[in-house]
Amino acid sequence: MEKFAPVKRSEDGQPVRYLIVDDSVFARKNLARMVETFGGQVVGEAGDGVSAISEYERLTPDIVLMDITMPQMEGIEAAEKIVRDHPSARIVMVSSVGYQENIVAALQRGARHFVQKPVKPEVLYEVIKYVMRDDGVTVRSAGAGA
Amino acid sequence: MRMDLIQPFINSTDAVLAQGLGSPISIENLSMEEEAYRRKGIAAEVILMGEIEGRIIFDADLGASLQLASRLAGVEVSETDEDLVREAVLELANQIIGNAITTLNDQGFHFHVRPPTLHTSEQGSKSSEDTEALVMCFNTSSGNVFMNVALRHHCRQAVEHTAIAG
Repeated sequence: MEKFAPVKRSEDGQPVRYLIVDDSVFARKNLARMVETFGGQVVGEAGDGVSAISEYERLTPDIVLMDITMPQMEGIEAAEKIVRDHPSARIVMVSSVGYQENIVAALQRGARHFVQKPVKPEVLYEVIKYVMRDDGVTVRSAGAGA
Repeated sequence: MRMDLIQPFINSTDAVLAQGLGSPISIENLSMEEEAYRRKGIAAEVILMGEIEGRIIFDADLGASLQLASRLAGVEVSETDEDLVREAVLELANQIIGNAITTLNDQGFHFHVRPPTLHTSEQGSKSSEDTEALVMCFNTSSGNVFMNVALRHHCRQAVEHTAIAG
């Protein structure tokens, strides 16, 4: 996998903490592998929207990567509930179903960005930097390719 | 069956598998089937409801499933890792079908989709006259992957939709 300059939290220089929400274990592992190459730390995983809300409350991650089509509660509804209680929550929707109507609905309900599956690491990396804005800093080191 | 409903599935299979495997793929065979679908390997099924209704089965033979799972997981996956292989096939089906659905929705077709489920029976339900299936066989560097698409477009709803829109 491509080498990326680590993205750290600007306030304390610690790794960005991620909550990954997807009903597919395989997709979660794949995303986890990807964000670890960005220097991130996966602090939790959830397989549906209901668990995502409780895990967010428990872990208060820096970024949530959230699938849309999931059992029990879909990702857009979960994102809305999280953002309602935590307006500063940074939620990035990650879904294979990326039609305009869906993207607009997700953004209107509080998601910060949308990434379509299959996820290209370089695309997700740029989205993470964009979503973190001033709260994130890219640590340049020898050998970092991005 | 309407080709404009099928083409997005061909395009997304091509794009997602080529990206996942890092090598080009080709359509080896394309046929219409009215007989019940016979599973070839590990298969995932997605149900569509709404203006377009029907089902799509994504089916990868064992060799292709193992190779795809290994490529996507970034580690060597063997036959004993059954759960991982099934998860890989489900996720690929999700990505391929999700991308095609995105295209169809953006073209103005409105419908909903359920998350993919494993298609475990050896033989699926027989296609009806309305939902005869198009079976596509994709040749990849890892083996064969099949897509069985049986969709029906609700003309009445579409006409109403057009009338309302107009």
